[in-house]
Amino acid sequence: MGKGNVRLRIQILAALVQNADFRGFFTGRINQGALKSVCVPGLNCYSCPGALGACPIGSLQAFLSSRPVRFPYYVVGLLLFFGALLGRAVCGFLCPFGLAQDLLHKLPFPRRKLGAFPGDRLLRKLKYAVLLVLVIGLPALVLDYVPAFCKYLCPAGTLGGGIPLVLLHGERLHLSVGGLFFWKLAAALVILLLSIVIFRPFCKYLCPLGALYGLTNPIALYRMHADAGRCTGCGACARACPMQVDPSKTPNSPECIRCGVCTRCCPAQALHLGIRSGAPERKEMKS
Amino acid sequence: MKKRGFTVLTLVLAAGLVITGLTQGQAREVLMKAVRVCLECIGIG
Repeated sequence: MGKGNVRLRIQILAALVQNADFRGFFTGRINQGALKSVCVPGLNCYSCPGALGACPIGSLQAFLSSRPVRFPYYVVGLLLFFGALLGRAVCGFLCPFGLAQDLLHKLPFPRRKLGAFPGDRLLRKLKYAVLLVLVIGLPALVLDYVPAFCKYLCPAGTLGGGIPLVLLHGERLHLSVGGLFFWKLAAALVILLLSIVIFRPFCKYLCPLGALYGLTNPIALYRMHADAGRCTGCGACARACPMQVDPSKTPNSPECIRCGVCTRCCPAQALHLGIRSGAPERKEMKS
Repeated sequence: MKKRGFTVLTLVLAAGLVITGLTQGQAREVLMKAVRVCLECIGIG
């Protein structure tokens, strides 16, 4: 089994485990178990009918938008914990919305797929603006009891919570569906359609959780190790990276989601992912 | 080695924050929020 397939299997398993209350998808009732007091590491809406845990970004905003504003020790602690252990490996392995984008990117597209948008470097900063403005600034300073990111942007909430609940609750929720719902639906559709052409556009440009975990990438326990002694500078890793990182130069870039594509394509086996820094034994290349 | 020390320090800080939050009943507040349908999250609030 290829290592890429291992990652896909872990992603599917993680998405299923985080949304394991399958009855909810038939009854339209969200889970009310005690596990919902624990934030999951990835972006997974707690209003998804199958969700067993709480969304960390939703929980963060709940504290910041309450009045008086209280510091969300518990949520920040959990985010730091996940970040220090895994960094953006959470994005690569555990996030259900990341999985949705990965699956869409596997679909065939009649034209050549794009690596990134024009203005990519600047656009990558957008996710930090989303974090600072929509997740922290507006809820804490301007909008009372309004989780601005969830309300105006989050496509995971629309996909996991909004669409299933509106479909399952029929008449009752149809009456409440208005411009905001259609705005969020359109945003989610655009992001999902773009995922076919560009690898993980939401993770690259908009995800506040990815922005947070990216900051912990350089210190995370699970990290990329680049052996400068083995690297021949061929550039194969940088050409193969779907997140447009050059792992030989910045192995722990905030953009790296630890998908491991570079480790598999390196002819000198100079890159490896793991906790220990020692490089694995060099394997014989197949002729 | 220096980075490993920083990782451990971050983990200790994270544990401290989680414990502080737990003593303030923040896990229960997360639960109360998460067991109700978040109308904003689903786009109708």
